[in-house]
Amino acid sequence: MASLRCCVFVLHGYLYDMVKLPPSLHGWFDARGWQMHPHQAEMLASAQAPALLLIAPTGGGKTLAGFLPTLAELGATPEPGLHTLYVSPLKALAADIKRNLRAPIEEAGLAIRVEDRTGDTSAHTKKRQRADPPHILLTTPESLALLVSYPDAARTFAGLKRVVVDEIHALAESKRGDQLMLALARLQTLCPGLRRVGLSATVDDPDAIARLLACHPDPCPVVTADPGPDPDISMLVTDTAPPWSGGGAAYSIPAVLDLVQQHKTTLIFHNTRAQAEIFFRNLWLANHDNLPIGIHHGSLDRDQRERVEAAMVRGELRAVVCTGSLDLGIDWGDVDLVIQIGAPKNVKRLVQRIGRANHRYNAPSKAVLVPANRFEVVECVAALEAVRAHDLDGEPRGPGPRDVLCQHILIAACAGPFAADDLYVEMTAAGPYAGLDRAGFDACLEFCATGGYALRAYDRWQRLRQRPDGMWELRDPRSAARIRQNIGTIQDSDKLKVKWRGRGASLGEIEEGFAASLTPGDTFLIGGQIVRYEGLREMVVEVTRDPGRKPKIATFSGTKFATSTQLSHRILRLFQQTDWPELPHHTADWLQLQRQVSRLPQNDRLLIETFPRDGRQQMVAYGFAGRNAQQTLGLLLTKRMEEMGLAPMGFVATDYATLIWGLDAVTNPAPLFDLAALEAGLDQWLAGNAVMKRTFRASATIAGLIERNMGGQRKTGRQATMSSDILYDTLLKYDPDHLMMQVTREEAMRGLVDFDRIREMAQRVGGRIDHVALDRVTPLAAPLFLEHGRIPVNGSAEERLLEEEVTRLMSESGLAQIETAPSPSPLAAKPPL
Amino acid sequence: MNTCPLTFSGAQLVALPSGALHWPDQALLVVSDLHLGKAARVARWGGAQLPPYETRETLDKLATDLEVTAARHVVCLGDSFDAQGMDAELPQVDQDTLTRLQAGITWTWIEGNHDPGPVSLGGAHLAELRVGELVLRHIASGDVGEVSGHYHPKARLHVRGKLITRPCFLFDRTRLIMPAYGTYTGGLATNSQTLCTLMDPDAQAILIGPRPSRIPMPR
Repeated sequence: MASLRCCVFVLHGYLYDMVKLPPSLHGWFDARGWQMHPHQAEMLASAQAPALLLIAPTGGGKTLAGFLPTLAELGATPEPGLHTLYVSPLKALAADIKRNLRAPIEEAGLAIRVEDRTGDTSAHTKKRQRADPPHILLTTPESLALLVSYPDAARTFAGLKRVVVDEIHALAESKRGDQLMLALARLQTLCPGLRRVGLSATVDDPDAIARLLACHPDPCPVVTADPGPDPDISMLVTDTAPPWSGGGAAYSIPAVLDLVQQHKTTLIFHNTRAQAEIFFRNLWLANHDNLPIGIHHGSLDRDQRERVEAAMVRGELRAVVCTGSLDLGIDWGDVDLVIQIGAPKNVKRLVQRIGRANHRYNAPSKAVLVPANRFEVVECVAALEAVRAHDLDGEPRGPGPRDVLCQHILIAACAGPFAADDLYVEMTAAGPYAGLDRAGFDACLEFCATGGYALRAYDRWQRLRQRPDGMWELRDPRSAARIRQNIGTIQDSDKLKVKWRGRGASLGEIEEGFAASLTPGDTFLIGGQIVRYEGLREMVVEVTRDPGRKPKIATFSGTKFATSTQLSHRILRLFQQTDWPELPHHTADWLQLQRQVSRLPQNDRLLIETFPRDGRQQMVAYGFAGRNAQQTLGLLLTKRMEEMGLAPMGFVATDYATLIWGLDAVTNPAPLFDLAALEAGLDQWLAGNAVMKRTFRASATIAGLIERNMGGQRKTGRQATMSSDILYDTLLKYDPDHLMMQVTREEAMRGLVDFDRIREMAQRVGGRIDHVALDRVTPLAAPLFLEHGRIPVNGSAEERLLEEEVTRLMSESGLAQIETAPSPSPLAAKPPL
Repeated sequence: MNTCPLTFSGAQLVALPSGALHWPDQALLVVSDLHLGKAARVARWGGAQLPPYETRETLDKLATDLEVTAARHVVCLGDSFDAQGMDAELPQVDQDTLTRLQAGITWTWIEGNHDPGPVSLGGAHLAELRVGELVLRHIASGDVGEVSGHYHPKARLHVRGKLITRPCFLFDRTRLIMPAYGTYTGGLATNSQTLCTLMDPDAQAILIGPRPSRIPMPR
C-alpha cells in the first residue's frame, strides 16, 4: 500500500481531472493508465479539513491518498520550506515511501524535495534538515519528538501545513501513539493552521482512532474506503495431527513447502522470532528443490533485512519466513499467499496480515492458517469464523499514560522555558490527554522537577526549576543532551549484537537475558544458521560457525501476544457444541475425551481441575483470559494459597489456563477466586513481583527516572534491571504513592499484568465455579505440562523442602548422630518475635 | 526466634537467623560485611541512583539482634562501610541511629578491605581482636579459632528440581566464615574454588533464614 506502483485504480470514468494536480503529474499518472479510487478523491476534496482519518484495507492506496493533497498544493514549482510531515511507525517504511514518491516527482519534473529523517540518518544531514528542511519530511514518532525538543523547532517547522500519520492503527496500540499526539499538539502550537491526516488499516473502532488523532476539542471526521472482497482463508489440515504443545509446527513443513511450490510468492508469518528461526531452518532442511526462501525479523541485522527486502521486491524469493516486522506497509511485490504459523491470537492482526497477500485492491487475498498444536486447531477454527463474520477485536485503551506525559514535559523543557498553564492547555489538545485534569498534570510536573518525595535527596532528579517570573526551565541546560538520548517509548528488551569472531560482520541481535544464559560452546540459531557462542566482548556476542550440530534453542522472543477476549469467547462457544464437524477428527476426539473424563470449560462458569502428578498436587484454572492475565492469576492465586498454608511451588500460564503445583492439594478452590480478594492481592503481593518490576522499569525509563543511555555509554540491561528493581522495592516501602508507583499500578491493569481481563473473567463467571477432583491428568490439562515458562514461587514450600533436604543431608552424612548436645541457647526460652 | 547452636574451637556459639553470631558466654555479638552506605557510593560513581534506605534497614536488623541477645559487646568484622570515608557521609538519621545503638555497648570496628582507615564514629578500631579462645578478623588467614567475613558465602541447593540459595556460615575445626549482614550484598557460592580450597573437606554450613539449619558444606 505504501507504494504508488501498487495503486491499481479501477474506477473508470471517475472525474479525477477536477482535482488540481500539476499537469505533468497528471500526465505521468495517465501514461500508466491509473485512475483514482473514490476514497482518494474524497481525501483530495477534503484537503482543507483540519483533521481527517482514512480507513482503507491493505492495498487500497492509502499512502497516495495521504500525499495527493500535498502534491496538489505544492505544484510544479513550490516555495522553499517544510510543507508536509509524514510520520510512520517504521524507519523502513519512511525509506520506502521516499523511493516511491521520488519516481513520480522526478519523472514528472516537479521541484519537490523529499527527505527522510530517522535514527539511521547521519548527524550531518539531520543538522542540515533543521536549518533547511525539505518540502516533505518523512520521519518516525521518536525522531519527531527529538525534533520538537530543539530550541529552534519553531524555525524548522515554520510554514508546515500538513501532517500525515501512516499506519496510525499500529501506533494507536502503544505509547508511541501517545507520544506522537503530544508532539503534534506541540506542532499545532508552533503552526496554528496545521492540518492532520491519519491513514489506518481496517479496525474495529475507527472512532477511537479519530479521537486519538483529533486536535481537541475539535472533531476528526472519518473517510471509509470500500473494504474490498472477502479473503479466501482456510486452515491447513494434515494427515498427521499437530503435537500437543509448542509453537514450532514442524509437522507442517512438507505441506507448507507444497504450498510455496504452488504459489508465486508466499509470506510465512510467525508470532515470535525464535519460532521463525526454527521454522526457517526446518524448511531448509526439507527444501530439496532449493526454492529461494528468505527470513526477515526484527532481531536480524539491518543489512541482512535490507538484502531480503530488495530480493523480495525484485521477485527473486519464493517465500519469506517473517514476524510482525512485516506486518506493516512495505510493498512486497507479488505476494499471492500468506501462511500464518501458530494461532493468530488476534483477529484484527490476522486480517491485516492476510491483506499482505495480493496487493491488488479488488482481488481477494489468500491465506492459510497452520495451527502449531492441538489447542491451536480450535483457536484457528474460531479465528476463521471471526474473519468470515467481520468480527474484529480490540481492547479499548484508557487515557494516555503519565510516564509519556513526564517525558514530554522534559522534552518541552529542552526546547526552552515554558509556562505550566500553556503547556497544560497544549497537552490537553492531544487526544490521549484530552481528559487530563490539572492536578494530574501538576503531579507530573512536580515529578519532573524533583523526582518525587523519596528521591529529592539526589541532585540528579532535580531536573526543572521555576524562575522568578514563574516560567519552568531546565535546572542544568547540559541535561538536555541526556534527556534527548532517552527519548522514546519503545521498550525492547535490551539487545546485544551478534558478530562473527574475528571478522566483525554483524549477524543480528539477541536479548541480553538469552546471552547471559549462554556458556562458550553453546549453539543457537540466528539468521537460519547454527552458530557457536565463543564469548562476550565489549557488549558484542562473538560466535563462530558450527555446521551440523543441534542448536540450543534461540529464546529471543519477540512479542508474545495474548489471545484476544473476542477470540477466547468464540473458543468457549465452540466448546459447547455437541460435536465438531468443522474440526479435524483428532482434535474433535480430544475434546470429546475431555468431556468424558472431566468437563469442557464454559463461558459463564470457571472450570477448576485438581489432580496429583509428579509427586505434587496440581490445580488447573481454565480462565480463558489470555496469557498475561492467566499469568497474573497464577501470581495472585499462589499468593493466596501461600497465605492459606497450601505451600504452592510454582505455576505456568497459557492463553487459556493456569496450572499451579504445590505440596498440598486444594480441596476447596472457590474462595481462592473471590475477585475482591484477588484485587487486594494485586496491591499487596503483586507489588513485589517481577512482572510489576518489569512494568515499573518500562515506565520509569520512559519518564526519565532510569536512563538507558548514559552519556553515550549504554547501561547493560542487567545493571538497569538491578537498579530499577531496588528503586521499585524502596519506593514501595517508603513512598508507595510516588507517581511512578501510581503509573505502574495503572499499567498493571492492562499490558503485562492485564488485571482487566481477570476482572472480565470474574464478571463472566459470576462465582459459578466447577471443581472437578481427579486422580490423574486430564486431556485438556496435559499440554500444560509441556509448556515453557514455568515460574517458581518461593514461600513456605521452600522452607519445607529445605527442611526435608537438611534432614536428609544430616542423616546421610552422619552429622545427626555425632553432633554433641548443643549448648543451651539463651534465646530458646524467649517468645518468638 | 529460631537459632542454631554450634561449638567452634571450644566456644559455645549461636548462629542467628539474620546472619549475626552470638557468643552468650562473652555477651558478644559479631556481624560482618555491613557495607553501610553502598547505595550512596554506587550513586557517587555514577551508577544506579538507589535511595539510601538500605543502611537504615541493616541498622534496624542490628537493633533487633542487640535487643534479643542483650549483648554488651558488638564486633563489626570489617567492610562495615562500603568505602573509606563513607562513615562521615552517612545520612544524619543513620548516624544518629548508630550512636543510639552504641550507647552503653563496647563497640569494635575491625578493619576490612573496603574500610581500612579509622572511622569518625564511636567505638574502637582494630585490625583484629582476640576474645577468649577466638580471634576475630576480616579475612581468613589460617589461624586456629579464627572468625572472619569477607567472602559473603552463599549455599545453593537443588531440592526436588528447585534451586534454593541462602547466605550461610561456614566452619570447620580451625575457621569460621560469616555471611554478609548488609542489605545490598551479593555472595560467593560455597562450591566456588576459593571457598572449597579454604575450608576443610568436612566443613559444615549453617544456612540463615527463618530457620537456620546446619548441613555439610555444599561443594
